[in-house]
Amino acid sequence: MGLAYYPGCTLKTKARNLEEPGIASMEVLEFKLEEIPRWNCCGAVYSLAEDDLIHQVAPIRNLIRAKEQGKNKLATLCAFCFNTLKRANLLMRENAEKRNTLNSFMDEEIDYGGEVEVVHLLEVLRDEIGWEALAQKVKLPLRELKIASYYGCTLLRPREIAIDSVENPTILRKFLKALGASPVDFPYATTCCGSYQIISNPGDISEYAWDILGSALRHGAEALVLTCPLCDYNLGRGQKELMKKHSEFKGMPLFYFTQLLALALGLDSQVCHFELNYGSPESLLREKNLLS
Amino acid sequence: MSAKKESKNPAKTAVKEKRQVAAKLIPIYIMGKRYEVPEGLTIMKAIEYAGYRFIRGCGCRGGTCGACGTVYRKPGDYKLQVALACQKTVEPGMYIAQIPFFPANRAQYEFADLTAAPEEVFKLYPELFRCVACNACTKACPQGIEVMDAISALKQGNIAEAARLSFDCIQCGLCTSRCFGELAQYHMFQLARRIYGARILPRAEHLAEMVKTINEGRYDQILDELKHVKEDELKKLYQEREAEPMAAGEDWKPKDTRYL
Repeated sequence: MGLAYYPGCTLKTKARNLEEPGIASMEVLEFKLEEIPRWNCCGAVYSLAEDDLIHQVAPIRNLIRAKEQGKNKLATLCAFCFNTLKRANLLMRENAEKRNTLNSFMDEEIDYGGEVEVVHLLEVLRDEIGWEALAQKVKLPLRELKIASYYGCTLLRPREIAIDSVENPTILRKFLKALGASPVDFPYATTCCGSYQIISNPGDISEYAWDILGSALRHGAEALVLTCPLCDYNLGRGQKELMKKHSEFKGMPLFYFTQLLALALGLDSQVCHFELNYGSPESLLREKNLLS
Repeated sequence: MSAKKESKNPAKTAVKEKRQVAAKLIPIYIMGKRYEVPEGLTIMKAIEYAGYRFIRGCGCRGGTCGACGTVYRKPGDYKLQVALACQKTVEPGMYIAQIPFFPANRAQYEFADLTAAPEEVFKLYPELFRCVACNACTKACPQGIEVMDAISALKQGNIAEAARLSFDCIQCGLCTSRCFGELAQYHMFQLARRIYGARILPRAEHLAEMVKTINEGRYDQILDELKHVKEDELKKLYQEREAEPMAAGEDWKPKDTRYL
């Protein structure tokens, strides 16, 4: 079965280790991800200003590209793109005045009224494939791999676009269970990584990162699973500094959920592009006999 | 154009009608001033007909140099239209202004240092990420390039796609004049095409081999022989030479394989 797919710019450059294992895995699961043609940037951040409509144009144009293809569903792998696209879609569904203004501005495109549904790949795995069916496809169970589920913000907030319970999400835990891994719960699972504050306040971000990584460590996690390239950046790049500051911290591998999926489905580890991950996730995987 | 009339001598009437059409004057507005110009002229010719003399904003007059970017509107239509003044014929009621030059940021770089990494383009043109996908650039392109798509390709690190999409760019700068994010798309595309040509496009290995063969003297003898052939004989050789048929396949070879 084909599924309209929106990649996002970062997945084509820095985060190929999020995209490529995702595409390969979905092929195994017989849900071929079909990249929509002529997509542009998702808008990167959802604009909160009431009167700022120009920053809604980019996400909506992508939704129009999906509609043009006759698709009623558009899947993303990147949590940030998911957030921007789904919120812009909601705006088009719920606000007639802004919808009209935007449609009138984009007079070279077909009219759009929120017809396409934006979904994250985790939702596809949960709702269209199901955890049990996924578990049956697993060839290499990720046994003894203790992984903390890190959601960050963009899959869960605001409430209107959340893919799971905002307060107590379990989708990643169930995903990890299906792959045979040992999920680790920790209280910072939905704490913000610092997001774009990294640009103006890089110092603060490493403290944010320590709250999250330190907590995961204390709860017995050997690694973190995440869905967002910005979380990956913020939690990964400062780890060397954190190791100097906190002697108990020896670094914590970060995995994109698609990498674990591909690994568990028995795909060649090359497709995971572990070389693009911070630190060395491979040594942990070798330790657990998950990588030769 | 003109209504058909019954005539005993159709040929004569046709000539007459043609003359009438050529002489018909239509109103256009150049920088807001009304002029009557002959129908059928290009915008550039019409501006000259109206008495202006081009010392800038005019180059090849053949639609390839990009010097005569022009914007216009037609009466009762809110749409801004674009054209090259040397290519587009005037229409009644057009409001015309030329934009022969538009200031644009052009990055300085040492080409030898570039490796085709997407981040190099991001560093040279960080304003790339100010694009909001408004698509005004695409609407302003007289070459029909999907300008916004090419900018998206650059953001996605796909330099080859940006080079492919912008292949027809003549650097008129109209996209830049309309850009909400103040990008200089045409300079970015030039960089993309340079990187593509020098770093991404595969080298033609057989060319280097052929040059080597020539330099080693493989064809010296036959060229010497030809130099001493009489004119009539040379013509005959030329006319009777075995040419590669139009529909020849990859494996086609001439009957005479002495020089392969």
